Parts: sequence; C-alpha cells; structure tokens
Amino acid sequence: MATVAQAAALKARHDSERSVGVAFAIMLAFLVAGPFLLYPVFLMKALCFALFACAFNLLIGYVGLVSFGHALYFGWASYLTAYAAKSWGMQPEIAILIGTATAAALGIVAGIVAIRRQGIYFAMITLALAQMMYLVALRLPLTGGEDGIQAVPRGRLFGLFDLNHEMTMYIFVLVVVLAAFLLIYRIINSPFGEVLKAIRENEPRTISLGYQTDRYKVVAFVLSATLAGLAGSVKALVFQLASLTDVHWTMSGEVLLMTLVGGLGTIFGPVVGAFLIVAMENYLASFGQWVLIIQGAIFVVCVLVFRRGIVGELAHRLHVRL
Amino acid sequence: MLGDTVLETEDLTKDFAGFVAVRSVNLRVARGSIHAMIGPNGAGKTTCFNLLSKFLSPTRGRIVFDGRDITALRPADVAQLGLVRSFQISAVFPHLTVIENVRIALQRRRGGSFDFWRSKRVLHALDDAAMRLITDVGLADYANALAVELPYGRKRALELATTLALDPLMLLLDEPMAGMGHEDIGRISALIRSVASTRTVLMVEHNLSVVADLCDRITVLTRGQVLAEGDYKTVSADPAVREAYLGTGQG
Repeated sequence: MATVAQAAALKARHDSERSVGVAFAIMLAFLVAGPFLLYPVFLMKALCFALFACAFNLLIGYVGLVSFGHALYFGWASYLTAYAAKSWGMQPEIAILIGTATAAALGIVAGIVAIRRQGIYFAMITLALAQMMYLVALRLPLTGGEDGIQAVPRGRLFGLFDLNHEMTMYIFVLVVVLAAFLLIYRIINSPFGEVLKAIRENEPRTISLGYQTDRYKVVAFVLSATLAGLAGSVKALVFQLASLTDVHWTMSGEVLLMTLVGGLGTIFGPVVGAFLIVAMENYLASFGQWVLIIQGAIFVVCVLVFRRGIVGELAHRLHVRL
Repeated sequence: MLGDTVLETEDLTKDFAGFVAVRSVNLRVARGSIHAMIGPNGAGKTTCFNLLSKFLSPTRGRIVFDGRDITALRPADVAQLGLVRSFQISAVFPHLTVIENVRIALQRRRGGSFDFWRSKRVLHALDDAAMRLITDVGLADYANALAVELPYGRKRALELATTLALDPLMLLLDEPMAGMGHEDIGRISALIRSVASTRTVLMVEHNLSVVADLCDRITVLTRGQVLAEGDYKTVSADPAVREAYLGTGQG
C-alpha cells in the first residue's frame, strides 16, 4: 500500500515538474524571439516589472503576507543604482549591486518592524514606511526631487559589453531577470519554501511544531525586498532614469494589480500579469487618463470572473501547477 | 503511581482584564500517564492548554516541564523541548498533501529549514519515515491526497501523525474526539493508547465514556479552578463534581 501511494506521489511530482518545464520553455522562446517582433525597450520594461511582481508574489502568494509598500525597495534601489552610475561613475554591475544591497538593507529594517503585525496592520505598516521614504526621496538632494536622476549612463558591463547597444542591453536584462526568476522558483521549492507554505496554510500550527515563524517571515521579506530592488536597479539602467514614480505608493498598487491579474501564488502568473499591464500602458497610451480606468475595469473583472488570475485559472482548468 | 511528574503547574492564573479564566491551578501530570481535563463549557480548559503551550502568558504562576521552568519561553521553544499541542479545530495544512503535512514536522527536527537555495528534493529522504507515521494512523491510502479533502476523523488522525513526527515527550490534545462518529472514536482511542505507551498525554475531552475508558487520572475544572482530581471512579462519585458537571446534586 505504501509503495502504491509513493508511486502516485512520484508521478504527481513529475507531472507538476513537466508542466512548469513546458511553460518555462514557452516563456523562454517568447523572450528570445521577442526583440525581433516587439520594441526591445518595451520588453525590457515588462521584464523588470515581471521580476518585481515575482518578488512581490514570493511574499503575498507563498507566505500570505500582503505588503503595500514594495515601491520602497523598487524605487530606492533604482535611485541608488542611478546615483552610483552617474555621480560615482560606477560600472553597471557594481551600480546594480549597490542598488540591490540598499533594498536588502531597507528590507531588513522594514521586515523587523512590520513582521510582528498580521493582516491589514502589516500592510499599513509597510505602506507607512514606504510613504515615509517617499517623502525623504522628495526632499533629499541625492534623488533630484521632482526631476529625479536623469541621463544615467548605462556604461560597459564588466568593462567589456557596451550596454548602449540596445540588443546587448536586452540580453543583459534577460539574463538577470531569468536568473532571478529561477532563484525565486528555487526558493519556493526549497526546504525553506516548504515552511513558508506551512505558515501560509496555518501559522499557529507551524508554531506548535516548533518553528519560530517570525524569523522565517523576516527572511522571506528580505529576499522579496532584495529581488524587488534588483528589478528597480535594472530598470534605472534600462530607462537611464530614476524618478519619484518608482517610489510612489501607486507603484506598490500596480505590482499588486499585476500579481492578482496574473495569478497569486502561481509561478508564471506575475510574469503574465506584468506583461499585460505594461502592454496596456504602452499601447493604450493614446487614451491618456483612460488607461487607469481601463486598468481598474480589468481589475474588477479579474476579481469577479477569475479570482485565481489568468495563470491560476489556466492551471486550475488543466489540473497542473504553473 | 506511574512514576515521577513530567508537567507541573504552581498557582497558574490567567486574568483577562478582570475576568479570571484560570485561577490558581496546581496541576501534576505523572510521566507516562493519560491525564484528562474535564469540566463544563467555559471552565478554562482551553485557556489552560494555551497557557501550558505558551500560546498565552500566565498572569501569575509557574509551569515546570520535565524539570525545567518553561514559564518564560515562547511557544516554538516549548514545542522544541517536546511538549506539543493539538488544536480544538483540526490543525492541518489544508492545501498540502498528507505526506507533506507530516514532512513539515519531520523537517523541523532535521534542521536546515532556512536553506532557500537548496532543492526540496533533499526532503524526500524523510518520505520513508513520513510513510511509516501515516501508515500507523491508517492513512497510507491517502498519502497523496490534499489534507482539505480528508473527512474530519481522518484529519484528526493526520494531525496526530504530524504531532508524533516530532517524537514529543508529551502531547496536549484539545478535544481529540470532538465531532467524531463512533467508528473514528474507536480508532483514535486506540491510537492515543498506543501513543501513550511511551509518552505522556494530557487531553481535554467532553466524551466521558472515552475519558473513563482511556484516562488514568482526571482533573475536573469549573470556573477556572480545580474542583476534584483522581481516577474516574473517585471523580465520578464526588458529589461536588456531579453538582457542577452534571448540573444536579442527585444521581
């Protein structure tokens, strides 16, 4: 009997690994063919947001923690990268490292402060901290206030590859985002990820099994903030700009929207959600302010019709994990 | 009786802003025994459990477990020392499979649970141990089912398997038979009895026939205080118990 059950478990495991593998191959094919079909800048923007949403999803989808202040890490990482590249003349890889490390440091502080609160209180504290740092960004000379930091040099990667060349930049962004995506996949499917899922499912029970759940949540929070920072850092180089938009609370809302539309707690959902929302912003730009209303309508439809999000609904219909 | 004391409380009191839910409880649980805590609704049994497992902090008093003062510890610390609780509402991880549920507990003792860079494949080393526990509670056929899909009685069995995966010194079971049919009660009773052959069990239970059948010693609580203590015969003959618990002085 035991062996039958184990065989079934093994089969289920292989099935789920296969569906993820197929989906990954499709995504990879699209992203490799992408720059020949679409504008590279549009794709790079979507990729940065895809990584941002995946990092956010790590927290909301796999630990059940709703942060409403992820713009803090995204935006401040982008400032520090832009500043390091422009004012200190750092190479792009070092500038990105500085930006990402900033996000990690901010994540540690915010995580320790916020983690003891649950649900809506957790969301409010993360929002409050992000708003505080938004005001700092508005006042501090380093960030350039309303102007932001403009004309950030992309520089030469490792002193070798000229990132001003659009295709080189695209390959660089693609490699960074894919590597981070795979890291997130690994985190979700690690011993640590198993504990996160247990916390999401039933935190008191996880505690009663002897886990100090607060510590696991802080580590997850810092990982999420760091990866959100990586996304912001890369975006600063793509657009050669760091601005208040990226630290504003609406950015925290936007990443939540992307994740929900794509599918909370799915592996590919945030990527699909990010591409969809960024595409709408780009291709519907001629509608001006109407974009926001269209986005709002899509959000409402998503919540009403497919609550699992696009990818979540697809996975549910096909009985696979995506 | 059955050896020394494994869990002892001294003047244990919990005051919820004026409402004293547990008042000066002195409890002694003998090592290796099955000890029941009974009493009418609102007698403070669950609060008592929450205090013992440190999910609540006592207003006053001391808790000693296995020779160690645990009054100031956190709930996860207490669990790591081997005092593991269950919950009144069956506490499983609903969207994990049965085997994954048990593995979470095994994983804690294995260590390395912060390894976010490692594949969870390393956890498959625990599958055999998990299967053994699952088989012991009669869930072998359900190993790959989601916990949420199990009927109630089997959820409780899964919860017990998960708790046993920690190899605890002592189990705190909060109404393990609540809401169960006859068949399940028989199975879980047998399970608890076999578990208790090497461990101590303290349980809250409303089903008096289960208590009579299973437990070595019974503590009766009313209004947060210990009313009587002893084996089933002594306790059930106590007029004060009949008065408080059955709501009648006559028999």
